[in-house]
Amino acid sequence: MKPFVLLPASGEAEAAASVAADPGARFIAGGTTLVDLMKLQVETPGTLVDITRLGLGEIEDIEGGGVRIGATVRNSDLANDPRVRERWPVLSEALLAGASPQLRNMATVGGNLLQRARCNYFRDVTAACNKRSPGTGCDALEGHHRGHAVLGGSDACFATSPGDMPVALVALEATVETLRADGSTRSIPIGDLYVPYGDDPAREHVLAHGELVTGVVLAPSAWAARSTYAKARDRASYEFALASAAVALELDGGVIRTARVALGGVGTKPWRSTEAEAVLVGDEATDAVFEAAARAALADARPRRDNGFKVELAQRTIIRALRTLRERAVEEAA
Amino acid sequence: MMDTVAVDAGTRNDRSRPRFREQLRVNGREHELDLDPRTTLLDALREHLGMTGTKKGCDHGQCGACTVHVDGRRVLSCLTLASLVGDAEVRTVEGLEATDGTLHPMQEAFVACDGFQCGYCTPGQLMSAVALVEDEGCPTDRTQVQEAMSGNLCRCGAYPGIVDAIERVRDREVAR
Repeated sequence: MKPFVLLPASGEAEAAASVAADPGARFIAGGTTLVDLMKLQVETPGTLVDITRLGLGEIEDIEGGGVRIGATVRNSDLANDPRVRERWPVLSEALLAGASPQLRNMATVGGNLLQRARCNYFRDVTAACNKRSPGTGCDALEGHHRGHAVLGGSDACFATSPGDMPVALVALEATVETLRADGSTRSIPIGDLYVPYGDDPAREHVLAHGELVTGVVLAPSAWAARSTYAKARDRASYEFALASAAVALELDGGVIRTARVALGGVGTKPWRSTEAEAVLVGDEATDAVFEAAARAALADARPRRDNGFKVELAQRTIIRALRTLRERAVEEAA
Repeated sequence: MMDTVAVDAGTRNDRSRPRFREQLRVNGREHELDLDPRTTLLDALREHLGMTGTKKGCDHGQCGACTVHVDGRRVLSCLTLASLVGDAEVRTVEGLEATDGTLHPMQEAFVACDGFQCGYCTPGQLMSAVALVEDEGCPTDRTQVQEAMSGNLCRCGAYPGIVDAIERVRDREVAR
């Protein structure tokens, strides 16, 4: 690990200003991604600004039955929050499907939103990687890319967005609140937070350097309360997704009134599929419709040599999640 | 934070020797340490306090061998910077047994149930198992116990014995 200086921040504005003023500075909270990448020397910050004591660790009720989740709320606390379990079950399920209990006790919401890629070449400083060292190429193209994305990549980079929680938040249309170094704040619909990798895969989101994520806002809805997360992976637990689906359905009799579909493990960002939603809405909640929606979600997939299996796997994962919601609706009605 | 981590303002930009004084509370005892900011909690315990019960496996947050409790929650000490622990209470495997050397019920159960073979992952397994039973509300379903222990890898494959030990302590707690 390269030497660094640790600065405690006493306020949000001070933290944002400290990082903004120093290109080599990073915020640190849970540290589960950053400390790991610092050991690998993928990240070499000269300054760490500690944001764990800024009072961003609470989940507050807001008007109309929503919540504001502080940026340093731990994943385990968020997953087990009774409001979240009842009003946004997909979020709780996604969190509990990710990492291990120890990591969930450490990882924070803000850090988890911006978790870096798990691509082996990104994590290996001797490899060519356009995300880590722009312009050096991509060793994954010819190398090991079984876990890589089939949606949204380019020849510059097709590393998978690794998180579970962000997939649920994309399906839930959460809002991300930030504070900039000049003291201004903004509320970013999560669908606008992530950018697909174009020519610059080092840029994964729209936040400026030093822009501090302060919280995530969730609004309640009938469909959000009927949501679930399905995840397919190489082992039963404690593994990143090969494919995952965050799905919400509002049913009116047998007819789908509202649908949300987001995919994890297959895209270069948490992947909202409005195409699948369009197939679902207004139609009956039948297997045939679910299958058509799943096909629509992966219609633009561009598999490479070793990750072609993800196309069908993702489709099946979507169908499984949709069936789970249909079964729950039937149980609820009974 | 300000009380426990003193970064001298005059040396903030002195990369040659950035160090900080850390007051670490481990198993009920206070320790004063002079550490490089890069020091993880794991290295502070093992290399600076001589408490080698906590083990270094992968050192990247993937194996769980370094599991300790910080303020009652199980965390990975290899990904925890010692300087961020502040005034939190750290509990390690050395803090499980009673002062007279009597083993913790979970340690006894690991012995009774063959919950280990080589023993390297055992301190981490124990700290996860104790957190699960004492603080998290241990599930009654065996599959869920396995899920709750999935962050601790065992290359010897002692998993069935480990889960047996946890269920034994859980059932005793319930019976009490």
